[in-house]
Amino acid sequence: MSNVIAIIVDGVAYGMLLFLSAVGLSVTLGLMRFINLAHGAFAMGGGYLAVVLVDAGLPFLLSLPIVFLAIGASGIAIERAGIRHLYRRTALEQVLFSIGLALALGALANLVFGPQQQAIQIPSLLSGRVTVLGLDIARYRLFLIVMGAATAITLVCLFEYTLFGARIRAAVDNRRAAEGIGIQVERLFAVTFGLGAALAGLGGALSVEMLGLDPAFALKYLTILLMVVAIGGAGSIAGSLQAALVLGTVDALFKYFLPEAGGFVIFGLLVAVLLVRPSGLRGRAA
Amino acid sequence: MNGSLRSALRAAICGLALAVGFSPAAAPAADDKLRIGVILPLSGVFSNEGRQYEQGIAAYQKLNGKTVAGLPVELITRDDQGPGSGDLARRLTQELILREKVDAIIGYSFTPNAMSTASLLGEAKRPAIIVNAATSIITERSPYFVRVSWTLPQSAATLGNWAAKNGIKTVYTMVSDYAPGIDAETWFTKAFVANGGKVVGSVRTPITSMEYAPYLQRVIETKPDALFAFNPGGDVSVAFMKATRERNLAGAGIKLLVTGDVVEDNSLPLIGDGLDGVISAHHYQLGIATVENERFIKAYKDIAGADATPNFRAVQAYDAMDLLYKAVVKNGGKTDATGLLEAMKGMTLTSPRGAITIDAQTRDIVQDVYIRRGEKIDGRWQNRSFETYKAVPDPGKTPR
Repeated sequence: MSNVIAIIVDGVAYGMLLFLSAVGLSVTLGLMRFINLAHGAFAMGGGYLAVVLVDAGLPFLLSLPIVFLAIGASGIAIERAGIRHLYRRTALEQVLFSIGLALALGALANLVFGPQQQAIQIPSLLSGRVTVLGLDIARYRLFLIVMGAATAITLVCLFEYTLFGARIRAAVDNRRAAEGIGIQVERLFAVTFGLGAALAGLGGALSVEMLGLDPAFALKYLTILLMVVAIGGAGSIAGSLQAALVLGTVDALFKYFLPEAGGFVIFGLLVAVLLVRPSGLRGRAA
Repeated sequence: MNGSLRSALRAAICGLALAVGFSPAAAPAADDKLRIGVILPLSGVFSNEGRQYEQGIAAYQKLNGKTVAGLPVELITRDDQGPGSGDLARRLTQELILREKVDAIIGYSFTPNAMSTASLLGEAKRPAIIVNAATSIITERSPYFVRVSWTLPQSAATLGNWAAKNGIKTVYTMVSDYAPGIDAETWFTKAFVANGGKVVGSVRTPITSMEYAPYLQRVIETKPDALFAFNPGGDVSVAFMKATRERNLAGAGIKLLVTGDVVEDNSLPLIGDGLDGVISAHHYQLGIATVENERFIKAYKDIAGADATPNFRAVQAYDAMDLLYKAVVKNGGKTDATGLLEAMKGMTLTSPRGAITIDAQTRDIVQDVYIRRGEKIDGRWQNRSFETYKAVPDPGKTPR
């Protein structure tokens, strides 16, 4: 029995990693209705920035808030420079633009850092294993669970219980009315897009230790992130969290009990959820 | 009438143009040059590997010049973008033969890419030297293939042999679920069982799997003496090796055995202390103490930068060039396909990895396979060779 619990804890940690990387996409896709396939590129940017900072001697834990802020700022800059012109365009145009952006940023990473894998130095505090409540857990996985839970709680509070969150939801539901009552929608969207990018950057920085990092990162993990958002329901923080945790644990349990099922399981899960609930577990009907 | 005649004529001319233009038996250029078509994965996820081959070739030319037997050597390089692009590899091969009129091909990092060109090479009568693609059967698909790299059965069977003879009685196998993985599983198991070992469990993992914790949990509960693993290198293998450390496989008393490509020299800094005590079988490691290897590493660093580390891929490309250069010399400076192929058969080279021979019958490589242990030497993680299996042929070939 304790073995199964250990498997579930591993799966939850992996799910938290997916959540941290995907939740920013859920924000831009669900709240802003912008199809941002360049989301993985922001995660990649966060990963590279963390590697550079840690290589320069900065402690890993200190590099995380810097990555969050820096990638958030660059997200705002990119939103101002290009993406804001696309909000009213068709879905196809948004897809083409953002996938083009992702490819360009991947090529840039290749130019600057080369095609090889990058490694990040994790402090000894976060490596090795630790016993919690009689369970033997890898410290880094425990750290991911804590980070994921903290992020989820913060975001739910931000969007559900603050004026900022109310403004966003108002601006998305009825932009003209929101502008009419004095909400500065342009600025609001820029900040929200920046927040999505910042979350991606944080997720990317935390991914390097477990998933590695190379210029293909931006597109390699896009599928699984889109799956999290699709299963959870775009725009729902709690939905993304649920979806990521379900994907992580189901994947882990099948790998343990029925490895023959291979990579099929999570895709089967995606199909099943979307058949029953086309807008995801927590999605609002469009 | 007039119209149909004209269209018939047009069709005939088109047909003729096609027949002339696309006949693969087009002759090589009759000039005094050695033209080598090079096909490597130079963009995309595997461009890191492509760069190793490219720099291995450059290192060879730096040491041995750009002329051979009086012929200037011209390299014409194409990018096949990695595996799963067999169609592209075939098209590029065709283009190199027809338009660029190359005398020989050097390339193919991946099995499907090599396989897709087998019939083409036969029709066009051009030799192709395989720089990596390691599935056993490739060289049997065309008499124009010569392999200078390695085969998975070569490493896996040697390791199975070693394990059974060194106190390991039970093994769990874990391979990536694709052709090379199945080759590795089959040949490790065959050699291990033939020498008295017992396989107590096996699992095939999805090729892109990055999360190994649940699989490893199962292994630890099964309590075998050792885990044998193969996966496709790059980020997947680094993630696997880190996971074995995180799960503390060694602490559970389970030895880790892998084919050498999983712990290739270039990825050792990424794997870090996950390499501690890991046993691997491979045909090359940086630490081989020969003059040839020192010369090779120095030339590679001159080309790629002082911080760059060559791995087995760079060595294989280096040897492919050496094989072709030596074959041209042996063939009296002529570049005809039959002459080159005959010259390569049975040829022995002094490679940075040690002596290698191209088997005259199978055109496949015969080489020493090193058994290594992961150790920290002078502050750097390395694979230190402690036992050598001499002149190992590909066990996948039917003995004649």
